Amino acid sequence: MPKRTDISSVLVIGSGPIVIGQACEFDYSGTQACRVLKAEGLRVILVNSNPATIMTDPEFADATYVEPITPEFVGKVIEKERPDALLATLGGQTALNTAVALDEAGVLEKYGVELIGASIEAIQAGENRESFKRIVESLPVADGAEVARSLICHTMDECLEGAVELSYPVVVRPSFTMGGAGSGMAYDENDLRRIAGAGLAASPTTEVLLEESIIGWKEYELEVMRDRADNVVIVCSIENLDPMGVHTGDSITVAPAMTLTDREYQKLRDIAIGVIRAVGVDTGGCNIQFAVNPDDGRVVVIEMNPRVSRSSALASKATGFPIAKIAARVALGYTLDEIPNDITAETPASFEPTLDYVVVKAPRFAFEKFPHAEATLTTHMKSVGEAMAIGRNFTEALQKALRSLERPDAAFSWAAPPGDRHDLLQRVRVPHDGRLRLVMDALRAGASVDEVFAATGIDPWFLDQMLLLDEVAREVADAPELAPALLRRAKRHGFSDQQIADLRGTSADVVRGVRWALGVRPVFKTVDTCAAEFAARTPYHYSSYDEETEVEPRERSAVIILGSGPNRIGQGIEFDYSCVHASLALGAVPGGGFETVMVNCNPETVSTDYDTSDRLYFEPLTLEDVLEVVHAEQQAGPVAGVIVQLGGQTPLGLAQGLQDAGVPIVGTSPQAIHLAEERGAFGRVLQQAGLPAPKHGTATSFDEAKAIADEVGYPVLVRPSYVLGGRGMEIVYDEESLEGYIVRATEVTPEHPVLVDHFLDDAVELDVDALYDGEELFLGGVMEHIEEAGVHSGDSACALPPITLGAEEVGRIRASTEAIARGVGVRGLLNVQYALASDTIYVLEANPRASRTVPFVSKATATPLAKAAARVMLGATVKELRAEGMLPAVGDGGDLPPTSPIAVKEAVMPFNRFRTPDGKTVDTVLGPEMRSTGEVMGIDAGFGMAFAKAQAAAYGGLPTGGCIFVSVANRDKRHMIFPVKRLADLGFEVLATAGTARVLQRNGVAATVVRKHSEGAGPDGEPEIVARILAEEVDLVINTPHGVTSGGSPRVDGYDIRTAAVMRDVPCITTIQGLAAAVQGIEALQSGALGVRSLQAWADALVEQRRSS
Amino acid sequence: MTTRPTPALLVLEDGRIFRGDSFGAEGDTVGEAVFATGMTGYQETLTDPSYHRQVVVMTAPHIGNTGINDEDPESGRVWVAGYVVRDPARVPSSWRSRRTLDDELRAQGVVGISGVDTRALTRHLRERGAMRVGISSTTTDSAEVLARVQSAPPMAGADLSGEVTASEPYVVPASGAKRFTVAALDLGIKTMTPAQLARRGVEVHVLPSTSTLEDVLSVSPDGLFFSNGPGDPATADHAIGLLEGLLARGVPYFGICFGNQLFGRALGLGTYKLKYGHRGINQPVLDRSTGKVEVTSHNHGFAVQWPTAVPLDVGVSTPYGRAEVSHVCLNDDVVEGLRLLDDDGELLGFSVQYHPEAAAGPHDAAYLFDRFTSLMERRGAERGTSRASSATESTASNTEGVSN
Ligand SMILES: Nc1ncnc2c1ncn2[C@@H]1O[C@H](COP(=O)(O)OP(=O)(O)O)[C@@H](O)[C@H]1O
Ligand SMILES: Nc1ncnc2c1ncn2[C@@H]1O[C@H](COP(=O)(O)OP(=O)(O)O)[C@@H](O)[C@H]1O
Ligand SMILES: [Mg+2]
Ligand SMILES: [Mg+2]
Repeated sequence: MPKRTDISSVLVIGSGPIVIGQACEFDYSGTQACRVLKAEGLRVILVNSNPATIMTDPEFADATYVEPITPEFVGKVIEKERPDALLATLGGQTALNTAVALDEAGVLEKYGVELIGASIEAIQAGENRESFKRIVESLPVADGAEVARSLICHTMDECLEGAVELSYPVVVRPSFTMGGAGSGMAYDENDLRRIAGAGLAASPTTEVLLEESIIGWKEYELEVMRDRADNVVIVCSIENLDPMGVHTGDSITVAPAMTLTDREYQKLRDIAIGVIRAVGVDTGGCNIQFAVNPDDGRVVVIEMNPRVSRSSALASKATGFPIAKIAARVALGYTLDEIPNDITAETPASFEPTLDYVVVKAPRFAFEKFPHAEATLTTHMKSVGEAMAIGRNFTEALQKALRSLERPDAAFSWAAPPGDRHDLLQRVRVPHDGRLRLVMDALRAGASVDEVFAATGIDPWFLDQMLLLDEVAREVADAPELAPALLRRAKRHGFSDQQIADLRGTSADVVRGVRWALGVRPVFKTVDTCAAEFAARTPYHYSSYDEETEVEPRERSAVIILGSGPNRIGQGIEFDYSCVHASLALGAVPGGGFETVMVNCNPETVSTDYDTSDRLYFEPLTLEDVLEVVHAEQQAGPVAGVIVQLGGQTPLGLAQGLQDAGVPIVGTSPQAIHLAEERGAFGRVLQQAGLPAPKHGTATSFDEAKAIADEVGYPVLVRPSYVLGGRGMEIVYDEESLEGYIVRATEVTPEHPVLVDHFLDDAVELDVDALYDGEELFLGGVMEHIEEAGVHSGDSACALPPITLGAEEVGRIRASTEAIARGVGVRGLLNVQYALASDTIYVLEANPRASRTVPFVSKATATPLAKAAARVMLGATVKELRAEGMLPAVGDGGDLPPTSPIAVKEAVMPFNRFRTPDGKTVDTVLGPEMRSTGEVMGIDAGFGMAFAKAQAAAYGGLPTGGCIFVSVANRDKRHMIFPVKRLADLGFEVLATAGTARVLQRNGVAATVVRKHSEGAGPDGEPEIVARILAEEVDLVINTPHGVTSGGSPRVDGYDIRTAAVMRDVPCITTIQGLAAAVQGIEALQSGALGVRSLQAWADALVEQRRSS
Repeated sequence: MTTRPTPALLVLEDGRIFRGDSFGAEGDTVGEAVFATGMTGYQETLTDPSYHRQVVVMTAPHIGNTGINDEDPESGRVWVAGYVVRDPARVPSSWRSRRTLDDELRAQGVVGISGVDTRALTRHLRERGAMRVGISSTTTDSAEVLARVQSAPPMAGADLSGEVTASEPYVVPASGAKRFTVAALDLGIKTMTPAQLARRGVEVHVLPSTSTLEDVLSVSPDGLFFSNGPGDPATADHAIGLLEGLLARGVPYFGICFGNQLFGRALGLGTYKLKYGHRGINQPVLDRSTGKVEVTSHNHGFAVQWPTAVPLDVGVSTPYGRAEVSHVCLNDDVVEGLRLLDDDGELLGFSVQYHPEAAAGPHDAAYLFDRFTSLMERRGAERGTSRASSATESTASNTEGVSN
């Protein structure tokens, strides 16, 4: 069937900010879709509030709207653009929900927009558990299919009865909450009261679904693709190593399925095809999850997602079958047999990929960021990222995946004795981050496969593979010498040089030396979708210790770009963005580009799309693995160098080792990197440049820390050295808390010193991204944080251009930045954070690399910073790039025309994903420790509206009327008077706790006193504040933390208030600066005139203004 | 501590050598090297008679994970001449597993090799074409093995039906009410095929490949079925003669795999050996009558040659009616199905090169068994109206049938 001719423009909805459960896999799918749709000659209109995405690069769509993904704003875009069709199946649950809302609001009908991909009926049939149950049970498959028994409950009593009927444990799922929030596994009545209690509270319809537990069953996923001629293919089967009970997103998963006979596999296949037909997903991909009883093969269908999902991204990377790309094509009317498989070129997309390798995905968690959060793994997802690895067998893939996580404790280790068998068998029962390592220890301690199976439900085949690893480890440890055969055997099972070194009591360098001397090196195989039945055209490689390599020789000089590995808090999609840009820019250098080679292990990203670079190596980002890739590429042809400064701290950390091994590093040299990263060295750089920094010192013991604190003066900021994302950072106000921190947060040793800085109170924080070629500094942008210094730059909102800085201050910042760039010796990107206090500009830190804010700055100022940086690293000058037109001919991000728009970045926090052991959400107060998972951008002519848009994009928006609740710390009382007064004037009713209310009343604000949570309901049953928030009587909460008790745990009242706000999605402002900004936002909203404007339009205007000014 | 397994050696006809560990029985074997790309179904593959005399290379690295059970075999024994895998399972994991794959191979004396770079071997076969191969765990002298390989008979020109067929006829009763009788010529038939027919009310009389026209007619079949099987269709003169005789009598025909090639030859078409064949369960086949794509199970080294002068969508006339290409493989346009129509375009017989019975593989093509039963239904009705005439006709052309 040929392509439909009745569609000439398509609106694509992205998935918005990165949150747990919805990460950059949707940028990958959306980007693919946009590429396809443009190639098909359609006008592509895109809405996505996330500036860190590749899909929102102006060249990927004809009109790119970085606007909130809410029915209101998307509706405005539709009204303005009048697209023929809407494609909502590639933007995750966010896009799907928005499409449904637009349909219900009649917007699609009003403007004649056709929903392509999945129809509203299909979406509802798939998402509504009742109709889905009916569909599954009526499937025409041999000996039928079923779903887990379930009951809907509205009260705790119903829950208690239901649980008895279904018998414990039961799965609790609150209805209509985003991403399984508030769901969980109840083993007994206490659990049920806790989880269902929270669930009923969390559900807007006070409704929870109780479901029969099939915990411990084998869990599988199938990725299905269908076209409008009803051709259906299964793209990939995925088996969860962790059995049912652990969310697939948190499970270690394996592709293809390892422990199914063909009969069982074909049964799942028949059911999957039956489901996609019955649900009526006309075209595109969908994901179906199964549970299989290990005792008798009974199959239960868990759920289906009528859209591209996280697993589809994984499946695409695992098989080389680009699900989103094909989904976009079939949505346009093509049939699978009309679409070529671009890896083989000669075969069509209507086949099913077959693998001759094994893929393992491992999740990455961030519990250390949420010390109060419950860390066991259950039915709702908690991981913030994942790594994928490919090997020729399971053991190789598993060990590569674990070391890809970049956590010292992730990979198996035989260094320490395993511990007690019985104790270990107990500890592996409850799933948690790092359980697999304990499983290995249990096996090492002599537990049998059966015992571990009984304790964990992990399939015996996987456990035996781990036993095999332990056997190999023993052989390596016990062998008189490291003979080639043994070394090769260890390598074939994925042992790293480091692991072998530990087993042999030597160093990784020595092992590498021996290995190279013996010629034991990996070969690179190809992901080709067809197990070598046809020749592959796409160089998508993975390493394996096998015989034959498939890397093709090349003429052109190559640049190897190191990616940023698994997403984690502090290092996410923003870094992948820069890597992708480097690849795009270097491939297209005027007059003969470079051959671009990408190395990364994150399956969610655009960088690991085989379409992005000339060559892709899906490999862990460790020194060993990267050195082997470099070696392979050096064998293939000339290598200009390796780029380490775009992927964040991960590749930066490899720079020195690579250079020591003789690998050319382009851009900022490892020595220069050291100058910026090592405290002492950097201090000297600042001294020479005469730039002030907060007084600080480095302590290796509490006494030293105390001495330094006394000298620099309290409050002080303490943290372990060398960390990204502010891990383990705290502001301490007195000696007692300092001691508390040292005891609690760190083992201080000469190897692990603690940094102690004087903490600048009430300072304005500034973030700067700049480009330096050795001669000229290009100031990308100066961002002014909304929250004061002390809130991590990654967590605070910021505005660009800075809203309160004058040209003189920007001039000083430019001078300081240039001095640092020169002093450090930067070639490429530099990020500096400053704190402006009492008219002094202090330097907080400098990062000689791409930063989190590069994409935001690039979009806000219509300048491809990362592209330019890549060019500079390979020798181009800013002057040349200006002449080329990549950078503006005159001026930069530091002197934007006064009429240029204001862009506001807002961080998105994952608080609603986490619960304390007693079922509450974790506290939401911001601090120097970065905890946001993603960000959004709001852009408009004025700050107020831009801020309001950012809030709408991040949290569904500021209220324009209703009731506000105010309760602030004493230090904030003075500063809150004016903004709150203004809100009262704007028509808000004001509730406040006694102290705050008194101050307001004295200043002529009619504030009503409301009871504190700790006071409980009044004599005449007057509800206390938490109750009123839960009763949805409050539209905006303003609560600044009342200091921090030593031990870091926040005061309980404020805590209960903030968590109640999170539960009800009531915007909750925790800083005075945030309040002031919110007031401006509310003013802008009240003045009406919500407008949407595409980045392309803003960019044209900017060029105009630059010319005329 | 694990004891090192016996080293083993794999030598290809063109001299390329792979070294690995002995797997399954120790000893020596030769055969035609072919690769199979299915990720599931090794037990069905091993017991598929079409693999007789072939050394099968599994492209999926982990083989044996679900052990060996008593339900999935496609015949009474393992047929492969040798087995090449990368990472055999050490323990099986499946509630249906009875023994390990390794034990099964030992028990049946099947020589295998593990730990070789199966992808490199597969790419070699893809580039150079299927060729003879030897595996040995008794010698480390590759020259010795090479000599043995080169003296082994090639697959082209091999007549193997006699070696795989049932020695005696047997009947697979219809499950439920019997609706039809089918004579199924066993050229290497898989268990699942009669099972699929039986499910549809067919009583299947499985006959040895040497059966005569009389043998077939004696079961007074409503339809004739020719199974899959090993060897070169160009050598199967007896079976082809038999088929011609029954086509002349207008007996509804359904053929699978080898049965498709024989159908082609009976209709006057040629057959040829593919460079490296189709062996997998992910092959896209287009049903040209419906335009629909089915994902199918393949195992064939030979294929039907459509006259190069004639476009695929034009039929050729044969003594039995008009022959058309009904299915093609979308990967390489190989003819995957034929159908025979009478002057009014009514179906007389059909066959496919792939495996609608699956086992192992997807069930997309199961509809073909229904197509066969409805064909028998229609023709039965027609014949019912003209029994007498068709009877005389049959004896008349009987002699004719035997004589050619
Ligand atoms: N009935 C059940 N018993 C035990 N575990 C379950 C059950 N249903 C779901 N789970 C687990 O919870 C996870 C999430 O459930 P799922 O229905 O897939 O929700 P989501 O939409 O968040 O993916 C699954 O991956 C599975 O491991
Ligand atoms: N001396 C200081 N005074 C006030 N705030 C500070 C000081 N040093 C750091 N901060 C705050 O802590 C945050 C994290 O510190 P930073 O040095 O940037 O660590 P990271 O490497 O995690 O970015 C900064 O964004 C800033 O808000
Ligand atoms: Mg799920
Ligand atoms: Mg910082």
